[in-house]
Amino acid sequence: MDEGLRNELSKQGIFTTTIEEIYNWGRRNSVWPLQFGLACCAIEMIAASMARYDLARFGAEVFRPSPRQADLMIVAGTVTKKMAPQVIRLYNQMPEPKYVIAMGACAISGGPFKQGYNVLKGIDRFLPVDVHIPGCPPRPEALIHALMTLQQKIGSQKLTGPDRPRHLNAAEPSEFPVPQFGAKDLVPPQNGAVWTPPKLERAE
Amino acid sequence: MESLESIKERVEAAVAGAVLEIVENPGPAAEHSLVVDHEHAVAVATFLRDDEALRLDHCSNVTGVDWLDSVEKVREKAVKIVDGEEKEVMEMREIETPGYLECVYHLFSMKLGHGPVVLRLRTADRADRVSVPSLTPVWRGAELQEREVFDLYGIVFEGHPDLRRILMWDEFEDHPMRRDYVEPDDYEYEPTPHDDVLDKARVHYAEGGGQ
Repeated sequence: MDEGLRNELSKQGIFTTTIEEIYNWGRRNSVWPLQFGLACCAIEMIAASMARYDLARFGAEVFRPSPRQADLMIVAGTVTKKMAPQVIRLYNQMPEPKYVIAMGACAISGGPFKQGYNVLKGIDRFLPVDVHIPGCPPRPEALIHALMTLQQKIGSQKLTGPDRPRHLNAAEPSEFPVPQFGAKDLVPPQNGAVWTPPKLERAE
Repeated sequence: MESLESIKERVEAAVAGAVLEIVENPGPAAEHSLVVDHEHAVAVATFLRDDEALRLDHCSNVTGVDWLDSVEKVREKAVKIVDGEEKEVMEMREIETPGYLECVYHLFSMKLGHGPVVLRLRTADRADRVSVPSLTPVWRGAELQEREVFDLYGIVFEGHPDLRRILMWDEFEDHPMRRDYVEPDDYEYEPTPHDDVLDKARVHYAEGGGQ
């Protein structure tokens, strides 16, 4: 619909919209996070949800204790290798549409524990991450910024065509393989379908 | 608190057959410790806990140490026959000490407000004779910490009520805090690696780990 005509109609008290807009509007303003934290980042996540930072302004204050009712997984903290299968299993149990925010240095790369033997070097080795937040830990404002970034991402999605979101594309997976505990490491140590090792150019 | 020498004497008097050895700490802390033999460890620990003058009722810390095989070179005077006559010459001698694993307990008294007394239990070697007696029956609080030492160092505690891995998963085979542990090569390296990380990065890229 023509933007000018639409403005004119709204001045006359007639609201026009499209299915896509109202669908995305509803989706982005009721992103319910899954209530789980793995380390100190979770404290900042809790602070963000309380009165001072008030995540409720963005429709994301309803932390759900069950993955069946959650839309957003905030991976808040260090993911150890022992914890990783459970995190991925929780993600698999969430209904579509679902999103992942990797919060803090540990969740995006292993952070200060990167050289540790028992720390997963970033949850993006197993799950598709929508928004990464650096910081150790990130302040609540950073989490709010990440949520707003996610909302913009949701709001700009087209419901049809090749760029349509994953949950509307039957060919895209909605569950990801859960790694097994091996004798030395997780098996497999990363999911090649979602993550490839970065190429580092370096002068010797 | 009484001196470690006096504790040692009283323990050896109270527990028949117990052999204790004092390990000196040369640092400024001078926190000397007692090595206890396996056979009498539980009896010695019970004595330390129940003795009226000691009352070491709180085991605050249990940790492990991995001692690798070591070779110490010592210069010694020796008498040798050189050119038909006896002469004193300096000679290098190597003292080989086989490696072992060690479990260290720090004991305090809540009742009398003193401590620490440090106990050490040593295994016979690092390979297959790696058991020491568990002191969990004496100090209940040692249970989880002994499990942690078992998990990370591979010391087997005889008499522990529930000896399972605690940090790593059950299927894991290695003991990550041992000094010869090789960790999985699963991280991309820093943009400006140096020292150990640089060595690792070279191997990593030589093997095509970074694609």
